[in-house]
Parts: sequence; C-alpha cells; structure tokens
Amino acid sequence: MTGRAQNPPFTGPVLRVADITKRYHLQGPLTAKISRKGEKNNILRALDGVNIELRRGEILALVGESGSGKSTLAKILVGGIPATSGAVHYHGVQMPKRRGREASRRIQMVFQDPYSSLNPRISVGAMLRELLLLHRIVPRGEVRAESIRLLNLVGLEADALDAFPSQFSGGQRQRLAIARALAVRPDILIADEPVSALDVSVQATILDLFARLQLELGLSILFIAHNLAVVQHLSQRVAVMYLGRIVEVADTAELFSNPRHPYTRALIDSIPRMTAGSVNEAFVLEGEPPSPFNIPSGCRFNPRCPFAGDACRIEDPALVVVGSVTGASPHESACLRAADLDELSLARTPNPAVAGTVRSVIK
Amino acid sequence: MTDMLLEVENLVIGMRRAGRPDAVIVDDVSFSVAAHERFGIVGESGSGKSLTLRAVAGLLPKGVEVLSGRIAYAGKSLTGMPPQERRRLMGPEIAMIFQEPMTALNPVIRVGEQIAEGPRRHLGLSKKAANTVAIEMMARTGIPDPERRARAYPHELSGGLRQRIMIAMAVSCNPRLLLCDEPTTALDVTVQHQVLKVLEGLCADTGTALIFVTHDLAVVNQTCTDMAVMYSGHIVESGTVADVLGDARHPYTQGLLGSAPDFDRPERRLVPIPGFPPSLTSRPAGCPFAPRCALAVDDCSKAMPTTELVAPGHTAACIMTAGVLA
Repeated sequence: MTGRAQNPPFTGPVLRVADITKRYHLQGPLTAKISRKGEKNNILRALDGVNIELRRGEILALVGESGSGKSTLAKILVGGIPATSGAVHYHGVQMPKRRGREASRRIQMVFQDPYSSLNPRISVGAMLRELLLLHRIVPRGEVRAESIRLLNLVGLEADALDAFPSQFSGGQRQRLAIARALAVRPDILIADEPVSALDVSVQATILDLFARLQLELGLSILFIAHNLAVVQHLSQRVAVMYLGRIVEVADTAELFSNPRHPYTRALIDSIPRMTAGSVNEAFVLEGEPPSPFNIPSGCRFNPRCPFAGDACRIEDPALVVVGSVTGASPHESACLRAADLDELSLARTPNPAVAGTVRSVIK
Repeated sequence: MTDMLLEVENLVIGMRRAGRPDAVIVDDVSFSVAAHERFGIVGESGSGKSLTLRAVAGLLPKGVEVLSGRIAYAGKSLTGMPPQERRRLMGPEIAMIFQEPMTALNPVIRVGEQIAEGPRRHLGLSKKAANTVAIEMMARTGIPDPERRARAYPHELSGGLRQRIMIAMAVSCNPRLLLCDEPTTALDVTVQHQVLKVLEGLCADTGTALIFVTHDLAVVNQTCTDMAVMYSGHIVESGTVADVLGDARHPYTQGLLGSAPDFDRPERRLVPIPGFPPSLTSRPAGCPFAPRCALAVDDCSKAMPTTELVAPGHTAACIMTAGVLA
C-alpha cells in the first residue's frame, strides 16, 4: 500500500459496474454507411448492460473479440467517455458523471501502444512533474525524488528523467506509461492491451511488472487482453465479453478448465498451442461476431452456437451463478444450457485424443 | 540441381549509402524450401524476417536491396532475372499474403474483380471465366455466399473475410509457393483459427509450399513443418518444428520459449530475456545475441558464429552450444 489514507474499511469490490450501456447514434451519412456495413439500424450498441466487479488487490482479465466492447468499457471506467446509462461504483460510492480531480485520480489507464500514448516533445521528468504538481501529490521540493522513486518502481533509472520518449524501446516506453499512471497514486489501474504491441521477450518483463505492482502496491488491475495464454498466466479472475455484454466470469483456473459458456469454450479451443500437435478440433466456431448495430434476439451468441435450442433464440440469458464452484469466487455464466454443456460437448467430440487436449473439460 | 523449390543462399539485404559502408539489415541468410513444405520464419520486430520474405517476392521497399547472395526458384535465379520476367512468376508460381488486408486490397474495386485479375492476366481467362474462378476460390476459402460477396467492396467486409479474400486472390492462379507475412496477427483468435485451417486445407489439397513469417511460436507450431529463428538479421537456428521447439539449441530460441506464456503450462514461471534487441545502427560485433546471452564468453563478441549442424537437419549458430555438442 502507498502511504495515502484509504477510505474507512470497505470490504466490497473496489469497483462495481452496474448495468452500463453505451450507444452511439451514427447519423452522418458517410461514416454511418461505412461503419455499419449495410445494416439498416443506425444505433450501435457498444455496451449492452455490463455488470462486473473488480475486487481489491486482484488482477481481473477482460477478454473477447475485437468489437466486443472491451475498450469502450475501459474508457467509461476511467471517465474518458460518459456511459449512456448505468453506474460505476467506486468503493461503494457512485462515481459522479463528471469527475473532479480527486475522482479521476483514483482510476488510471495504461494504453496499448506506448509509441502513441507518450508525448514525444515532453521529457520524462516534465511529464511526471506536471502530474505530481497538478494533483498535489508531493510538495514542489520533493518532485524530483518522487519522480525517481516512480522510475525505480517500474524498473527504470534516474537518468531517464532528462530523456524523451523516442530514446526508449517499446518495453521501456510501456514502463514509462505505467510510471505515469502510478504517479497520481491510483488504487485501480485499467490496462488496455498493454503488452500486445510488444515483442515476446519484452512482454514477459512487463507482465512481471504488473504482477509485482499488484503485490507491492495492492493495486487492483483490470487487464484487457486478447491473448488467453497471457491472461491465464497473470490474472486471478477472467471475464469474457461478447457483443457488449459479459457472458462468463470465474476464477482463472476454473474458467479455463471448466468453461460454462460455449463462447468461452470456443475461445479456448482456438488458442494456438505449443504442446498439442495440431489445431484443436473439439470446438470450432463458425463465422464472426454479428454487427453491434443488429444484436441477435434471444441469446446474442445463438447464431454461432452449436448448442443453441429454441429457447436460446427467444430468451436473453442473464449472468447467473452456475454450479461446480471450485474456486474462491462464484462462477457466473449467461448461458441457458450452462448446466448440460459437458454432455453436449461430449456428444460432439467422439475423438478422445482430440478432446483430451482441453485440460479436464471432460471429467 | 536439387529438388528444392526455393533456395536462398547467403542473402544479404541492406541499403547502399553514398560514401559510407552499406547498412546491412539481413546478413548471410540461407535456407531452402521443398515442394509441399511449410516453412516458418520466427523473430521479433526488426529481426529481418519480413524483409527476407519480401526479397523472395521482389517487393523490397524503396532504397532497400539485395546486396549479395542468391535467391533461386525452381533452379532459376530470381536475383538476376529481368523485372518483367520476374513479374510473370508472381501469381502462377509465387504469391503473397500480407498482414493487413485493408491496406493490401484496392478500396475502390469490388473484391471479386480483384481476385479475377490474376487469372485474367496470367492464365489468359476471359472476364467471365475469371469471375467463375474468383467465386470458386472464395468458396474454397470458406466465404459464405460468395456470389454476393464478390460484388462487395473491401470496406464492407469484416477483417476475417478480407483476409480470406487475400488468400483467395493469392491462390487464384494455383501458385506452387505461397508467402505469408503475419497473415493472422491482426485477427481475433477464433478467426485466426479459421484462417489457419483454410491455409492448411489449401496447402494439403494443392501441394502448395508455404513460407510463413510470424512472431508467434504457437502459430508456427500448428502451421509449419520446418522453421528458422531469426535474430538481428541472422538465422540463429533452423530445423524441423519439432526439433527447434522441442530441443532448442540456440540460447535465443531457448529464451523465446522461456518468455512466451504457454497455455498448456500455466504454472510455469516466465523468464524474460534481459535487455532488448540491438538497433540496426548499433549491432554489436560478433554474435548479435551475445550482450543478452547468459552463456556468452569473450569469443562470442569476436566473430559471428558459423552455423553448425547440431543434429541431423537441425542447425544453430552458437559457439557455446555447437562446441558443447560437437
């Protein structure tokens, strides 16, 4: 923990997202026509009722295909854009629509591309100084010492203070971006694909850094990623997003060994593997996500779901706790057939050699 | 002459600079690809993997050229060939798939027409016959409703469909060698899976050989039969995928394997490679990996290690591992 005073003991989640929606009305004739690819509807539903909790000191991963709304949610959480409806509760208190200096300080963001998220004309020292003074983190006389402390925290040396972003490699830039986010002493970090622009050998050092910050500072981190191997390595819990809604949440090991939503299972089976000999055939997903202009009725996954029944085309399933709780937290899924997924997939995977590559799905 | 489809020998790619020594980007790269082989080239950004591929396709960026070495396709030297003759090979013999289909496709021409261009030019088909081929190719890459989609413009299609259009375009003249430059990096994991299946199926059906450039070891593991690992312009290790990934001999390959999260072994600790790759202008003398290498000794920084056979069909360029095992 940093030395900053915390709110009185509050045992609930540090961040609770309640039924957030985000709609875009595209009226402009050309932009609307291009981006909706022939859809008649001109309302884009980027987020369609998102409910999620971030617990104190955890790394919660948010995964899903592009267009599922991950980054939109991140922007709403840091106050970058307003939600259409719904609320964000911070330590049990609703975040105001327009955040003041203090409210915006609490939740900070690290962006995907460290080449475009740092101002090339501002030195590292000036970048940190501006934040430290604006938010009155330390007195003027201690700004330099505090800046050096921040750089050391992310694994950089004091001589970085006088350098400009262009003098750093991609991995070092991402460290700078993290130092900038930490400068105002947030207790929540939203990291939007922070390692996907980095090379593999560098990626590991940044993942280590996130894990260390979580432990040393007690940070709660929402880690947005599309690489499930990275997510499995780093996070304690995983939330899976599909077409603007969370469709499954569980502890990491539980989610990957016992997925309770067909979409999660499809994601897992699509991961390129280092050990299995060939692409896993157990569960191949056809097609691509439908347009957010025209979300299917009933369960939003039903047009791609091999298990979809008649009820799935009518009823829109809510995120509810499902059986077999092995982890410390409940396993939630938004699937009407969550309970009988195992039997259904057994029927679909007669080849035990192939099915066996998904660890312990078949018990 | 061997039965290799493509032979690259001592290829050096770089920029000629007036009054100064040439800037070398890819240094002394040699490999060969047999018919039906699926050859992966793995490396981090700046390793020269994409430039090597582009040199084979004759698509090096302006100012960058093949400084020395030889690229031979089916026994014919591509490097000395007149541009017109070389262009005739592109399509019916060698085709390429790019990373970002949106920038590789023409935004103002319907995709069906773009696919049909190859068969019309190279196979001399009529407009109608070429369109039939285009629709057939689209169907083969798994595009639903190809007749309708052929009339679409690239912006009307999703990323996965666009990449399938690129593949359809590349295979429309039934090439014997398909060059792929990170074809699935921009795609989601489920769509990547589909596109890799399509490539795999096409290669199996037609016997097309594949050169697949990527940074993702797992993708190579699932797509390729043979592979090379590039670092700072050099091939540091090559062999079958099973040998290189299962029994990595070069410290850089070992480092890559140790730093990449493996979905099947979640409990394993990641070990990052210390430091970062040298920039083009500040390459160290000797082995380029030496400054980051835990095994490095003084001799490593004296000269670039020669490529040694460490096992049948498996080579590595490292004085430490070659010395230990010789």
